[in-house]
Amino acid sequence: MSGDTTATGGTTPAPGANPLRDPGDRRLPRIAGPSGLVIFGVTGDLSRKKLMPAVYDLANRGLLPPGFSLVGFARRDWEDEDFAKVVHDSVKEHARTPFREEVWRQLSEGMRFVPGVFDDDDAFETLRQTIDRLDKERGTGGNFAFYLSVPPKFFPVVVQQLKKHGLSEGRGDSWRRAVIEKPFGHDLASARELNRTVHGVFANHEVFRIDHYLGKETVQNILALRFANTMFEPLWNRSYVDHVQITMAEDIGIGGRAGYYDGIGSARDVIQNHLLQLLALTAMEEPVSFDAKALVTEKLKVLNAVRLPTDMARTTVRGQYTAGWQGGVRVPGYLQEEGIDPGSVTDTYAALKLEIDNRRWAGVPFYLRTGKRLGRRVTEIAVVFQRAPYSPFDATDTRQLNNNALVIRVQPDEGVTIRFGSKVPGTQMEIRDVTMDFAYGESFTESSPEAYERLLLDVLLGDANLFPRHQEVERSWEILDPVEEFWAAGGRPEPYTAGTWGPKAADEMLARDGRSWRRP
Amino acid sequence: MNIDLTDTTSSRINAALVQARRATGTPAIGMVLTLVIVTDEGNHYDALKAAGEASKEHPSRILVVVRRPGRSPRDRAVARLDAEVRAGADAGSGEIVLLRLHGELAAHAHSVVLPLLLPDAPVVVWWPEDAPERPADDPLGSLAQRRISDAASTEDPIAALRVRAAGYSPGDTDLAWTRITPWRSVLASALDQRHGTVQSAVVEGEEYNPSAELLALWLGARLEVPVERVLTEGPGITAVRLSTPEGMICLTRPTGALGGLEMPGQPDRHVALQRRGTAELIAEELRRLDPDIAYAQAVRFDPSRLRPAGGGETGGDTPRDGDPDVGNTTPEPGEAGGSDDPADAGEATAPEARQSSGESGSGTSSWKLTARKGIKR
Repeated sequence: MSGDTTATGGTTPAPGANPLRDPGDRRLPRIAGPSGLVIFGVTGDLSRKKLMPAVYDLANRGLLPPGFSLVGFARRDWEDEDFAKVVHDSVKEHARTPFREEVWRQLSEGMRFVPGVFDDDDAFETLRQTIDRLDKERGTGGNFAFYLSVPPKFFPVVVQQLKKHGLSEGRGDSWRRAVIEKPFGHDLASARELNRTVHGVFANHEVFRIDHYLGKETVQNILALRFANTMFEPLWNRSYVDHVQITMAEDIGIGGRAGYYDGIGSARDVIQNHLLQLLALTAMEEPVSFDAKALVTEKLKVLNAVRLPTDMARTTVRGQYTAGWQGGVRVPGYLQEEGIDPGSVTDTYAALKLEIDNRRWAGVPFYLRTGKRLGRRVTEIAVVFQRAPYSPFDATDTRQLNNNALVIRVQPDEGVTIRFGSKVPGTQMEIRDVTMDFAYGESFTESSPEAYERLLLDVLLGDANLFPRHQEVERSWEILDPVEEFWAAGGRPEPYTAGTWGPKAADEMLARDGRSWRRP
Repeated sequence: MNIDLTDTTSSRINAALVQARRATGTPAIGMVLTLVIVTDEGNHYDALKAAGEASKEHPSRILVVVRRPGRSPRDRAVARLDAEVRAGADAGSGEIVLLRLHGELAAHAHSVVLPLLLPDAPVVVWWPEDAPERPADDPLGSLAQRRISDAASTEDPIAALRVRAAGYSPGDTDLAWTRITPWRSVLASALDQRHGTVQSAVVEGEEYNPSAELLALWLGARLEVPVERVLTEGPGITAVRLSTPEGMICLTRPTGALGGLEMPGQPDRHVALQRRGTAELIAEELRRLDPDIAYAQAVRFDPSRLRPAGGGETGGDTPRDGDPDVGNTTPEPGEAGGSDDPADAGEATAPEARQSSGESGSGTSSWKLTARKGIKR
């Protein structure tokens, strides 16, 4: 029921539609409907450095509904004002957009804090009352997203408490959504268990798994690059592509995450989610449309086509960093890090060779690698093309020419680089690699939105495009589990010196195929 | 770095651009568009500042065309082009060329600009003031995909809107329209929720405000209901009220920064509706370079259709009783919607004038265009 009157003319809305909305009116942003966000574990790092600033930035860009409310839940003896102060400080420090008093005022009016622990019934009762009051005072309409920024071991108790106190289901047509962060389990069994727990309380489509990589502009651009252009897709197959390298390197060590990291390792931490998602986006077929369902269909199809590694001694490598110098700073080895068992066999570096069994990719290996304390922080996808089948030039002319490559730089310095050969000016015919570069920072905004902004907004809008579904998560574990089992069966990770590009064994893995890793 | 060229030509400017780029060590061109600013000596500083800020979001080559036709016959007889090329750190994230067209050349700006456009990239022309009547037919405007005017910077903004409507071609847009995007988006999202049929609307704001007028036209065009204009002292637009069977949907902004949204059956809420600077407006304009259909629909909507069919009171409880008939028939002249806008030269002299015109206008139907005399420059 909406204000449609005497419909005449082409641009007038259909009966029932919002008369002020016009698909041709591209200026109007999508603003979330009345809603609020409840953050569990609001005192954590992620919440302070990413979530709160993202909420403010969204408000500042006018994308949050009037009356948007933010409820913090944590074990602190805080009043609403204390909470608002913490948010204020984290916004001032980390927000991307300039601080505006009037935006802050509007936002801070809707901030509430509920102190308590997760098994405290009283606290959840208070939370329920808080939400009911917000509906009355702020008009949030019963629509709330619960962001579980807590270690996964608390997921079951939190979702059960939400259910017990009637918080997990909205009345009428209002919605309740759950947002969870990685890790989504540590193997297939635990992932299934987690999915059962969460889906037992929230419906499938109301559960949003945050993989913040998928919120990054560059990752969304993979699909634009592939499917909105004509010049790349014809080459995007086994006829032209030699192999694909997907790298996510970090220069930092494990920092304060020893408790979480030891026993998990880089493969579970990064390959299972981020790298396999990047692989899916790089390798998938064109989706029929851009909605969540069509996307998950295609991503799942290509993930299902990934051949599980069999000869794992030859196609997988794990490593562990040893003391060394990185970027001019002396850093300890993994085993010397605080809180790490000196006998730990946790991998801080992992490399896999995967093959995809379909017509497009058969025979094209996908090399995935990730690690800590590597040369520099970089995430990129490199599609390396085959050499020209015949070269009219002498071998000496093209000695400095490598394979053509298309590199999608996910972070930092987001952009796309194309590498190809060009003649060196002079009387001799000499061909050398040159690059053609598209940098986001150069062609678009200096201030492209943070991944969390986009993802939080999508949660409030109920748009699930950029969130992995549980089938994808489970399939990713199916791919990784055999590798983890193989590694657990014996042996130790290969040592590599901090600040280098990983263990020798990884170089040898590619050398066996006559290839080499890019230096990103 | 800065390169000054006196009595020069477009090709020498092009060479200087290449030289500047090499010198700063950034040979790759990531610029996405050419922005041509047509202005005069007195206004180019503010316009360039705003465009420079906007270029952080949209790296562009900015060509500032400063016309100096000359005051004496001797000056007019000499055609001369002076240029100042700025690249690197001085130019934000792009290149800036200041073009001073002396004498007869002032009438042939397009001949200077054409060779300096980025190859195969969109062109945007912005007239911070004195836009031509038909921008698309202007020699410079015809080079552009997007032509930006600003009704708020004219002597008679409401008449200027009529001119914009009459001279409209796809690709035209006006900063008076850009200024109301936040209002429009809050209103649209308010109607995203369950609501009754909107029966009538009221737009309250300063007189002589083209943004208030455009907002009223937009509501009229989209909702097809009578829209009343009520005059207040501003700043800018102060309220929009939509009446539905369930009650009023009111979006108010009494102070120019924090707004309030009232909806039937819901608690009152605050909305951030701050007035934006020109840099932000230009950045928004450059985000989409396709024709703005919604603007076309609004600006060309016949103002007489805003009147209720029966001619009766339609607005509902409004704080001031504007005469609906007059408020509707005569479009609203006015201050710039975004008066914090440095390029809006009228702003500096406005407060006093605004007050007086506000007084003469508020609550009566007696305001006249003559009230504007002497406000601008």
